[in-house]
Amino acid sequence: MPRLTPDNVKIAEELVARYPRPKSALIPLLHLAQEQDGWITDEAMEHIAELLGVTPAEVLGTCSFYEMFKREPVGRYLVNVCTNISCLLLGGEELLEHAEERLGVKPGGTTPDGMFTLEDVECIAACTEAPCLQVNYRYFTNLTPEALDQLLDDLRAGRLEAEVPRHGILARVRQKVGPGRWAGTGIAAQAEVDKRI
Amino acid sequence: MAVTNAPKIITSRFDDPAAHTLRGYEASGGYQSLRRAVTAMTPEQVTAEVKTASLLGRGGAGFPAGVKWGFCPPGVFPRYLVVNGDESEPGTFKDRLLMERDPHQLIEGVVIAAYAVGAAQAFLYVRGEMALAQERLASALNEAYAAGYAGANVCGTDFSVDVVLHWGAGAYIVGEETALIESLEGNRGMPRLKPPYFPAAKGLYLQPTVVNNVETLSNLPWIVANGGQAFADLGEGASAGTRMFALSGHVNRPGVYEVELGKTTFRDLFEAPVYGAGIRGGRALKAFIPGGASAPWFFEEHVDLPLDKETVDKAGSMLGSGAIVVMDDTTDAVRACLRVVRFFARESCGKCTPCREGTTWLEKILERIVIGAGRPEDLDLLMDVCDNISPGIAWPPRQTTICPLGPSAVSPIASAVRRFPGEFEAYISRGTRAEVGVHA
Repeated sequence: MPRLTPDNVKIAEELVARYPRPKSALIPLLHLAQEQDGWITDEAMEHIAELLGVTPAEVLGTCSFYEMFKREPVGRYLVNVCTNISCLLLGGEELLEHAEERLGVKPGGTTPDGMFTLEDVECIAACTEAPCLQVNYRYFTNLTPEALDQLLDDLRAGRLEAEVPRHGILARVRQKVGPGRWAGTGIAAQAEVDKRI
Repeated sequence: MAVTNAPKIITSRFDDPAAHTLRGYEASGGYQSLRRAVTAMTPEQVTAEVKTASLLGRGGAGFPAGVKWGFCPPGVFPRYLVVNGDESEPGTFKDRLLMERDPHQLIEGVVIAAYAVGAAQAFLYVRGEMALAQERLASALNEAYAAGYAGANVCGTDFSVDVVLHWGAGAYIVGEETALIESLEGNRGMPRLKPPYFPAAKGLYLQPTVVNNVETLSNLPWIVANGGQAFADLGEGASAGTRMFALSGHVNRPGVYEVELGKTTFRDLFEAPVYGAGIRGGRALKAFIPGGASAPWFFEEHVDLPLDKETVDKAGSMLGSGAIVVMDDTTDAVRACLRVVRFFARESCGKCTPCREGTTWLEKILERIVIGAGRPEDLDLLMDVCDNISPGIAWPPRQTTICPLGPSAVSPIASAVRRFPGEFEAYISRGTRAEVGVHA
């Protein structure tokens, strides 16, 4: 099952067509696979390799470099608490400790019900609203332990479904690639360059 | 003078909730500059205006944008424009706000730049963790294509450019331009050796490639509309125009403020009621980071320096990515130092030995100091490891690595150890936390 679905293959082909070289679409395709399954399976990586005409090892090589690609299942909600400098100064570490206590897991762990995975992450670029965290890459800022408790309760009860889609769904708007879309003049000339490399 | 009368150049629409839509953007004069550039100016004229403006790159290194464009070898096509929106420097988030709140301003800047350099395609590389920025840019691109501001025959002219929204997946090093190009080619984001080749000569697919930061390009619509000279008239000396600074940490009003370069001092930014409004609780300043986690720390004696590149560089640090982090006197310098170093250890890509091994050892040594297992020789050892990564521990740093990430890890250690040796020694001798307060 975790090969890309026919609908996603169609999206993948559109993505590949945007780039002068297919392998450039590798990271977007890995995101697509994670959007489909919530994590990156070996079968999805093999399928992506087929679609791009590269080896599965090349796909794995890229996949394993980037923090966001999860190569084992994670919770529905990935709770990323920032503890970098600006958050550290305003209680980020205490917030992380509170989250550990509340969820009963250490960073990297997933709650037994599969609802939450907790992570201690680097700066998520909301420093003026420290301490802050992201849930599935959506921001929650200026947090107190009480606000964190409320947030976790709301997530568990499904009260934030509209704001926070499940893990893997990143941007809910795609750039359209319509028929007749002009795709750069570089491709033919690039083929000439390729011959020389 | 704490607050100058400089116009807001890139944050003028930040309070308009509709600014991210095409209608909202056009209502405030949006896309007029692009129309003017592609219908009434040659690419050379656009480049000349940007050179006149002396717009320095806003990503961190501060290289003049117009000059960078000029490095593309003549007659070699296709060329590419890559927009660096992989903003991950701790303390920094101006680019995220520009992408979320005014995406059309960026797209207009991108298409103007693509016109100036003759790019066939522009790739907008957005940091993976910024979901809202990606959504806003995708919507804005769809609107811009439909309205003829991007894609085929921009504004009805012969000029066409394809703007592709691309997104990363969580790697700080990809903010380095050659690592960004590697990532855009589908590889692990590891920097390329430069020189001999810089991206302008051999970049994406080994073709001429201009890599510009989001904030840099967001200035272009204003520069085209008002002329490069008007931009150059703002600011001071080589630091022209305005810049966004993200002020965070122990201040009463943390926020992102667009200020005129060279005419505003750090003290103004910390104390003016419209900016930081003073240090939290009226406490004393202990240290501040003037340009993102990579920058050496500044202290009380530096607060009256103006915010301009030359002055800050001469004083031994940098404005870098425009992130200012304020630490009051309750801050534990050792733990703050450890946290910044841990960031570089985690984010080292592993390509160069001094950085891969050095940052990891720096973190381990600092960690044992903090948990009370420090050794008497640890301070010397820290400095020795720093010296192996960045010989001489000087500023600007010398490198034993391909990119500046390794030497960046040296900045907080050199700053904290030299300034607060007593705090480190207290940790080591007592094996407990130094008595400096309750905060990290």
